[in-house]
Amino acid sequence: MAEFFQTTVHDHFNYWIYVILMMIGLWAVIAKKNFIKKLIGLSIFQTAIILFYVSIGVKVGASIPILHHDDHVEHAAVHETPHGSDDHKVDHKADDTHAAHDDHGHGHHADAHAVSADLIANPLPHVLMLTAIVVGVATLGVALALSQRIFKEFGTLEENELLEQLKGGNVDG
Amino acid sequence: MIFAFDIVILIFLVVAALIALNVKDLLSASMIFGIYGFLICLLWAEMGAVDVAFTEAAVGAGISAVLFITTVYNTRRRSSD
Amino acid sequence: MITKVLATLAVVITGALLLYGTADFPAFGDPHSPASAGVEGGAPSISQYYITESYGDTKVPNLVTSVLADYRGYDTMFETVVIFAAGMAIFAILRVFRDEDDLEPNPTHTQGDRFIDGDHSRIIVGTTVRLVVPVIQLFALYVVAHGHHSPGGGFQGGVILGASFIIIALATDLGNALSRFSEKSYFTLAAVGILIYAGFGVLCQVLGSDFLDYGVLQKIFLTDGPEMARSHSMLGVEVGVAFTVTGIMFAIYANLSSRGTLKSGL
Repeated sequence: MAEFFQTTVHDHFNYWIYVILMMIGLWAVIAKKNFIKKLIGLSIFQTAIILFYVSIGVKVGASIPILHHDDHVEHAAVHETPHGSDDHKVDHKADDTHAAHDDHGHGHHADAHAVSADLIANPLPHVLMLTAIVVGVATLGVALALSQRIFKEFGTLEENELLEQLKGGNVDG
Repeated sequence: MIFAFDIVILIFLVVAALIALNVKDLLSASMIFGIYGFLICLLWAEMGAVDVAFTEAAVGAGISAVLFITTVYNTRRRSSD
Repeated sequence: MITKVLATLAVVITGALLLYGTADFPAFGDPHSPASAGVEGGAPSISQYYITESYGDTKVPNLVTSVLADYRGYDTMFETVVIFAAGMAIFAILRVFRDEDDLEPNPTHTQGDRFIDGDHSRIIVGTTVRLVVPVIQLFALYVVAHGHHSPGGGFQGGVILGASFIIIALATDLGNALSRFSEKSYFTLAAVGILIYAGFGVLCQVLGSDFLDYGVLQKIFLTDGPEMARSHSMLGVEVGVAFTVTGIMFAIYANLSSRGTLKSGL
């Protein structure tokens, strides 16, 4: 039982909820007659997709994808010591020298403070979804503008009333 | 990531989505959609996607709800379903 | 009724298939899932490069910002263009210029629903908003400028800056907000934002490198290596994104709330 819970519920619960939310949104888009309700359903559908993407980027025990600044100063200092010169040692925490000793070539420099990839959450899905959210609200604005335009022409936002009016020949607004 | 917290928010999300879609008053539906946005923002902060959570807090909970309300205000508040 | 039954049937079947498919997914939070570590025997996932190397490449601790504005800068530029296009589309769909058009009050609202100037409840809200808006705008600028080191960046800061104008419009009236941020200004700001972003790309080409390859801009920023040049350029393009998002968010609200007349808002 414990094993079943571990492999089925614990490991895939997020994916189940993403499917359920997506289906709620899809059902609203198909079955609801009011356009505002359809748009709320479409937004729920969109957040379900984003939930899926963010879920695949999660790593257990990992930190957020922002590196701790002190780690790098410390690493840079360790990297700096073999070079020896005293003036570097004195103010290696200042940003200017921090940038200055990049002249050694960044490949070499990057090795000096390589971060373990398992300890940081996957940033790529976050990037893709961040832009998707903002684009989503802009396109939601377009959809709402179309709804207002339809209301202005036909005086209703209910799909069945709209179809009746269209069948009745009131096509040109 | 805390599993218990994760499950609680996810269940609240489904409840909020169902209520937002089944309320007949469209103004209430818009407000509950704003609550849904805040819940999903909380979920993403909990999953470690802080940038996404920040964006969702500003966009999903703030701007989207306001845009829905403007449209409801300019059209009809009651809905048949 | 038959629609609802058919919709429920379709949704249940699709959902069941998708739920069946989730059983094959890697476990939630697995650090060695294909998305995070790459497939077995193949190349490692690109995200591992971003995590381990991007600080050395760009000197930006926030990996999301560095991937968004540098490695995937071309993608982000056209996302910004999509937002701009959405603003233009709303302008084309809703905006009306004739005076007699659309000025009759909405029949579903009685006069009591609308706020009247001089309403006492508006004094409290208006004064509070007047105090809070500068703080919101300052925070928005902080979010844009500090996006390298903390969550934030052009999209978030732009949305908050646009929301600060929306809150003015909500608390007082649309005309008051439009007197501070007119239609001409917000569309100009939106276009200038994309121009800034594309300008950085063209500048890189002029200096002999690829489009949006910021490392070559060290000749202009006078930095010691390409890393800091990339960091500064990221701030530049984030400012461009923030301009576009600010303008378009307020444009969407202004057109939607006044049904395109930009006269009497919510």
